[in-house]
Amino acid sequence: MRSANGRPRRRISVVGVLGEVLITAGVLVLMFLGWQLWLQDIIVGGQLHDQALQQSQKWDATKANTKPASSTTIPVAKAPANAQRFANLIVPRWNQAGQPLYVRPIAQGVGASAVLNKNNLGHYPTTQMPGDVGNFAIAAHRSAYGGNLHLIHQLHVGDHIYVETIDGWYQYSFRNLQYVQPTEVGVIDPVPEVPGVQAVDRMITLTSCNPFYSTAERIIAYGDFDKFIPRDDAKPDHGAPAEIADVYEGKK
Amino acid sequence: MYAALWRVLPGPWWVRLLIVLVAVAAIIAALVFWVFPWVQTFVAPQDVTVRTSH
Repeated sequence: MRSANGRPRRRISVVGVLGEVLITAGVLVLMFLGWQLWLQDIIVGGQLHDQALQQSQKWDATKANTKPASSTTIPVAKAPANAQRFANLIVPRWNQAGQPLYVRPIAQGVGASAVLNKNNLGHYPTTQMPGDVGNFAIAAHRSAYGGNLHLIHQLHVGDHIYVETIDGWYQYSFRNLQYVQPTEVGVIDPVPEVPGVQAVDRMITLTSCNPFYSTAERIIAYGDFDKFIPRDDAKPDHGAPAEIADVYEGKK
Repeated sequence: MYAALWRVLPGPWWVRLLIVLVAVAAIIAALVFWVFPWVQTFVAPQDVTVRTSH
């Protein structure tokens, strides 16, 4: 068969179609991988940033015209219902060029389908709430589902980790990393790795998977509580610490 | 298959090219925003928590 311009027209053959279908399938798989391991976290990260700031704005509105929490007695909220978002995690070290500043929502619970795979950081419900004596332990994906703890290994000693709730900001300082087996549940004890001991300090523990794209181990980051900064209507940025004030620029 | 698809598209080559580009962009958007998130729920559940039994 010849087409109008005289060139021979290739016939559609079963093998030809099959080949094209297979190539298409291969391209789709590669696209899925590119999306899952890279593009998704950029898209979802931006969405989470916006959602966290909206939440913060709601807290501002709720707290408006009420007396701010005292900065000397540290407020401890009651544990919320499972899967409910109740806090934001803010870590200046994890700000990346070309992406929104790092602020991500924390929800109650560590269930995969209810919390973690809904792109949240999850709070281990058996651990303490922010500001309480003991350990505020949270888990999140290293990559995919927003990759909320993607850069956990890049923390430097003394880096500030902020947990924002309706009451204000709990400031923690990063202390050290630990790499453990997935069964090492001691890392979320009130005093990590020392079971049965009465806690006197306030800590934060972050857990994620290690190495990248594997679940063979867990990477653990510990932080010590420094201070509580109350949400205060009368102050600029509602009292947000100066170090993270730029996170809230997008809120106005 | 793709050659046949190209032939059934109307208009001169640049109109066909435009149609193809728009169609590809629409397909990619559908994949990224609906298909891939749905597929992800079936592949490699990644566990990031510590617990006694796995």
